[in-house]
Amino acid sequence: MRYALMIYAEPGYADALPDAEREAVREGFAALAADSRCVVGTALLPAETATCVRVVGGRTLMTDGPFADTKEVLGGFALIEAANLDEALELAARVPPARLGGVVEVRPVAAN
Amino acid sequence: MLEDVFRDEWGRVLASLVGYLGDFDEAEEAAQEAFAIAAQRWPVSGVPANPGAWLVTTARNRAIDRIRRQRTLAQKIHLLPVPEATVDEFDDTVIKDERLELIFTCCHPALPLDGQVALTLRALGGLETADIARAFLVSEETMKRRLSRAKVKIKATGIPFAVPDAHLLPDRLDAVLAVLYLIFNEGYSGRLDLGAEAIRLGQVLAALMPDEPEAHGLLALMMLHHARRRARFSGDDGADLVLLEDQDRSLWDHRQIAAGQAVLDRALALGGRGAYVVQAAIASLQTAERIDWSQVAELYRRLVDLTGSPVVELNRAVAIAQAGDPAAALAAVDRLDLDGYRYVHSTRGELLRRLGRHDEARAAYRRALELATSTPERRFLTRRLEEF
Repeated sequence: MRYALMIYAEPGYADALPDAEREAVREGFAALAADSRCVVGTALLPAETATCVRVVGGRTLMTDGPFADTKEVLGGFALIEAANLDEALELAARVPPARLGGVVEVRPVAAN
Repeated sequence: MLEDVFRDEWGRVLASLVGYLGDFDEAEEAAQEAFAIAAQRWPVSGVPANPGAWLVTTARNRAIDRIRRQRTLAQKIHLLPVPEATVDEFDDTVIKDERLELIFTCCHPALPLDGQVALTLRALGGLETADIARAFLVSEETMKRRLSRAKVKIKATGIPFAVPDAHLLPDRLDAVLAVLYLIFNEGYSGRLDLGAEAIRLGQVLAALMPDEPEAHGLLALMMLHHARRRARFSGDDGADLVLLEDQDRSLWDHRQIAAGQAVLDRALALGGRGAYVVQAAIASLQTAERIDWSQVAELYRRLVDLTGSPVVELNRAVAIAQAGDPAAALAAVDRLDLDGYRYVHSTRGELLRRLGRHDEARAAYRRALELATSTPERRFLTRRLEEF
């Protein structure tokens, strides 16, 4: 089955970490990207770069900033192929922000 | 009689069908069909030698028939995989016991806790949805939705029908034990006998995981508490709380106590030192003619180490007082940061009373009364206050 991992973290969560820990974060993401079960995955630029688009009455409205104004913001995502939810949850638990105050939301994709 | 066979076989039959069909709803429907056929036939033809195998085989065949019919109807849309039909020989068919897989699926932490509880009682316990609804004081509709949401999530998210891998097992077993204990405690607060249901489930789990000390520990704990249930309440409406030391021991179920202690021995022999084993050991000590309170206090200390719970620390203080040192007990209670917890105040009241500090004792009891939530508790505290 395919699952989306949506990775939420507080902006700059890694900045205050000691060098070794920051390196471990980088390696954690690299390991996820290199995992054969990872179909696609990427980090996103900061939430300040986000633009939200709505079409209302035929007019396209644009607003600056992310959709939800929360402490944790969507910082990246991955699409993975896993045998079942347990395997997907294990991969999610290895995403570095999961152990650094962030959260990874795991959702099956609709086209399974 | 037939009902007992049905209750005993339900979980095993359903587990086997979920494993075979890979779908909860299909499995449940097929199981219900097979049980209905059995209810018609068995009173006439007698119960087959292996009722479980008969039920599974019948249910499988019915499910395959139904899937075939659906496939004919839906041929243009999609092809469902149809499992191979099985040979129609019941008596020597050995059906693999897949209840452990079913338990871990029902108690998967990705499901909401109330869904885990309901699904465990329905799928493994074989309770009717209406009965589960009554036990949890919700409408049947609400319970139906709760069960259905859980089943939908299992299917949609790919929760596996499997016993977790070794590295996941400790956490996942904790989740299973927590669900069973939750069901047990629901029954302990006076409603229909969910306590007995939890014990049945605990027996299944302990039999399926014979080397897991905590599975035996939880079972022993539940049995030792359940054995005393008839002595815990008194009064015309059975709503007066009776303290352990005042309980009428002739109301205890001594056979269940002995059975619980045997289960505890098994847990200890397996090297069990976990939280459930320690709690069972405490419950076991408390069934003695003369309770060894200093040993109880020592076990509570171990439990504090394991859980870090201030509520357990409160229980430790009570044991210290019972062992003859109310001053040390009061010092321990006053170190706790649990002002909103009613038992802190009733315990303080009792300790202060024993130390002869009556005004402070009354104030503590009054505070406990303000925080009390149930009628038995309120009556008990009111009686205590009148005793001064």
